[in-house]
Amino acid sequence: MRPRSPQARSEARWGAIFAAPALLLILTILLAPLAVLVALSVTDYRLGAITVRLVGLDNYAALLGDPVFQRSLRNTFLYVAFVLPAAVFGGLGVALLVHARIRTRTVYEVIYFLPVTSTLVAMATVWQFMLHPTLGPVTPLWMNLGFGRIDLLNDPDLALGTLALIGLWQLIGFNMVLFLAGLSAIPRELYEAAALDGARHAPDRFLRVTWPMLGPTTMFVTVTSTVTAFKVFDTVVVLTRGGPLGATETLLYILYLEGFQYFRMGYAAAMTVVLLVFLAGLSILQARVIERKVHYA
Amino acid sequence: MRKSEEGADGVALAGIVKSFGATRVLDGIDLAIEGGEFLTLVGPSGCGKSTLLRIIAGLETADGGTVAIGGRRVDHLRPDERDVAMVFQSYALYPHMTVAGNIATPLELRRLTLAERLPLVRHLSPRRPRVMRGIMAEVRAVAETLQIGHLLDRRPAQLSGGQRQRVALGRAMVRRPRVFLMDEPLSNLDAALRVHMRSELAELHARLGITFVYVTHDQVEAMTMSSRVALMDRGRILQLGTPSDLYDHPATLAVARFIGSPPINLIEGESDGAGGVRIDGARLPIAQGVAGGTRVTVGIRPEALHPAPPRHDGPVLRARLKRAENLGAEWLLHAILPDSAGTAVVARITAAEHEAAQRAGLIGEELALAVSASGMHLFGADGARIAVRRLAGAA
Amino acid sequence: MSPSRLIGRIAAHTVLAAGAVVMAAPFVWMLLTSIRPPEEVFGAVFDPIPSRFAGFENYGQALTASNLPRAMLNGVIVCGGILAVQLMTAIPAAYALARLSFRGRELLFALVLFGLTIPIQVPALPLYIAFANLRLLDTYFALMAPFFLTVFGLFLFRQFFRTYPEEILQAARLDGMGEFEIVWRIAAPAALPAIAAFSVFSVVAHWNDLYWPLIVITSSERATPALGILAFRDAETGGNYGALMAAASLITGPMIAGFLAARRAFVRGITMTGVR
Repeated sequence: MRPRSPQARSEARWGAIFAAPALLLILTILLAPLAVLVALSVTDYRLGAITVRLVGLDNYAALLGDPVFQRSLRNTFLYVAFVLPAAVFGGLGVALLVHARIRTRTVYEVIYFLPVTSTLVAMATVWQFMLHPTLGPVTPLWMNLGFGRIDLLNDPDLALGTLALIGLWQLIGFNMVLFLAGLSAIPRELYEAAALDGARHAPDRFLRVTWPMLGPTTMFVTVTSTVTAFKVFDTVVVLTRGGPLGATETLLYILYLEGFQYFRMGYAAAMTVVLLVFLAGLSILQARVIERKVHYA
Repeated sequence: MRKSEEGADGVALAGIVKSFGATRVLDGIDLAIEGGEFLTLVGPSGCGKSTLLRIIAGLETADGGTVAIGGRRVDHLRPDERDVAMVFQSYALYPHMTVAGNIATPLELRRLTLAERLPLVRHLSPRRPRVMRGIMAEVRAVAETLQIGHLLDRRPAQLSGGQRQRVALGRAMVRRPRVFLMDEPLSNLDAALRVHMRSELAELHARLGITFVYVTHDQVEAMTMSSRVALMDRGRILQLGTPSDLYDHPATLAVARFIGSPPINLIEGESDGAGGVRIDGARLPIAQGVAGGTRVTVGIRPEALHPAPPRHDGPVLRARLKRAENLGAEWLLHAILPDSAGTAVVARITAAEHEAAQRAGLIGEELALAVSASGMHLFGADGARIAVRRLAGAA
Repeated sequence: MSPSRLIGRIAAHTVLAAGAVVMAAPFVWMLLTSIRPPEEVFGAVFDPIPSRFAGFENYGQALTASNLPRAMLNGVIVCGGILAVQLMTAIPAAYALARLSFRGRELLFALVLFGLTIPIQVPALPLYIAFANLRLLDTYFALMAPFFLTVFGLFLFRQFFRTYPEEILQAARLDGMGEFEIVWRIAAPAALPAIAAFSVFSVVAHWNDLYWPLIVITSSERATPALGILAFRDAETGGNYGALMAAASLITGPMIAGFLAARRAFVRGITMTGVR
């Protein structure tokens, strides 16, 4: 063994001591459960059951044929497909408008950010009341505009879209703050150089400076928004419980039901592995984005 | 406005006033920059020089006064319509574009229509490929003259500071502007590269033959590159002239202080009314025509002080040597004047002179510093220069 | 100002204000209803302004006719417990990751990066089974334990410690400080802005969390704020909306107040997560 300095020995010792609790937590809370999860997914384990059988990939095969799971996947993707572009471009649009304000900037920033910090369960309850067909203020407003009576949360065609709007309501302020940070990081001199170079129209400034300079922010916002939208759960529990007619059954809600209401642990584990695959795909995308960001600096 | 022989356009500023909030940063600037000259705005930070440059560029609007380029008022014109180019302190290169893209940008924005610049839509234009080929040929030509032809496909992040500087110059040059504006372009470079780029910029100016307006806080840059220098302080121009004007005939104490390295030696004194200045124990015979009892400041450039024998025939200051600094070709003698309340002075002499003085035993703990009259300046209590009629024979 | 710029400004304000109305509407409605007398809630006419102030009855009912105060107290206990353990484990480990060279450092950091992508829903099943077998379901420990590990905090603090000047650490070592002292007396105080931002994050996240408490908590004595409002709503269905809105205000109020107080730290924390 090569001789090491006292400093190196001290670092090695203290490094190990400092890292030990975190490492222990990673092992018990993250790695061990993951291993158990994958193992569970090839069994028919049910909580409290006396016997456990290995069933190979039967759970995964069952997932493929399970209409409820497929409906929840379809609902989740529909939800993401609506929330994602609206939250990204809406957040960008609001940020662009707010960034140009001087005196009123803080006011708008705070108002748009309110839903992010508020307790979603509580606010979903408020939304439920607001959208109540007879007691809430939305229905009379809607009817004043000359439309017929609607019940957004109990109409199978509208319920998922309503949840998506509430999801968007909660997410847009978060994205706005991220974009505002990105906008503040663009050097003013770039806009001045562009002005001297002849960028006289707003589209020129946006396409040559703003949009490319926001590239890393946009990708980051896209990935975080996708993950957030993917995990839609609270509003389903509070507002629809998957109904009406399964129109708002989402991946996490089904997972919750299978695992913790019906206690079909093996089946739920297989479902979780599928969720994990989606999330892994997203994080690979994000890692690529971070690489590209290094390229810029 | 006059045009230079090559027909380059000058810049005329009249009565430029600008305030930020309650702070007045420019306080009535009148300045006629002649076509084809290299004019440097120099001054301490906060003196308003960058704001003045940005007003010429159109990035900032003056509260009052007019800007004319080539004899035509440009106050109402947008930056891009003024036909000026600017090199920023940070270079302000577009980080997501290649070097070629950066240099091509001003031409694309001028020669393509808005529709031809939009994503997707631009491919519908039949003439766009032809225009772009022409632009890229010009970009390559400019890159070659700046010796960055091999870097055209790189992005700014992959370039050294000096290379980024050249790209910024290229982006400014490519559209052949009427006026070239530069805002502290060398301040982000290391010392050696800065010296090198000074001569490159001077050569570039000679080759392009257009008007350069250059902002710096570094008086050495101002002195080495400029045709004329405008020294600014607190929103005013203190003196406008050639570098030698400013060095040899500073109009005010502030100018004398700012220009020159090491800085000018300043000695407080009082006119004796008989052609001399009393500074405690000594008398300098340079105050002809100044009323007796007037408080004055004598400025002496470091190179106007020389070790001398005590019985030297001419004005001499008694000094106590604190430290001698060897700069190779020159020596700096740091001394204090016991006759003037311990005022610190610096004498700059050549290595040869130092050797000779040392051999003659002139540099000891105590030494006499002869003052050559040509390097002496006299300022009144208000800081204004007092014209000096030199005594005959006081070399 | 030119006419076109004035029009632009008016248009921008119109769009922003319209959006702001939608963003703020639930909060306004919640607060208005929470002081509205019950007879008006069910009235046919919608007058936004309550005819009389019924805040005392509504808030009084929210606080007495339910376990809401208990849920909020639980929220404080759980958030505080989670945050304390998170800081105690994450700060030294992040310092070690950033500044000390020890065996397994690269592996640990790789695990942290991996962990960033795993939400609680993934290890939830095995953790639930473990708690069930240990007879720990429906306890504070079950609520808190999965969040003792914070890979996000580890990552955030590591990024911060990496920018800390090495000279100061060397100077501290020359002054005779050990690594333990350096962490808690030099590095951690310097990281206070990052710690503040992280704390706001952590508290908001666990106060608002529904998924994990819904799984492990069954008794109302252990209900978290999110569960508290859910239980209150289910008990009050068709009942007193004024009290329900008062309860919602009480649950979400502390988070909004906390955000307004720590807005700068929060925004800085968000921008540190990787965008900048």
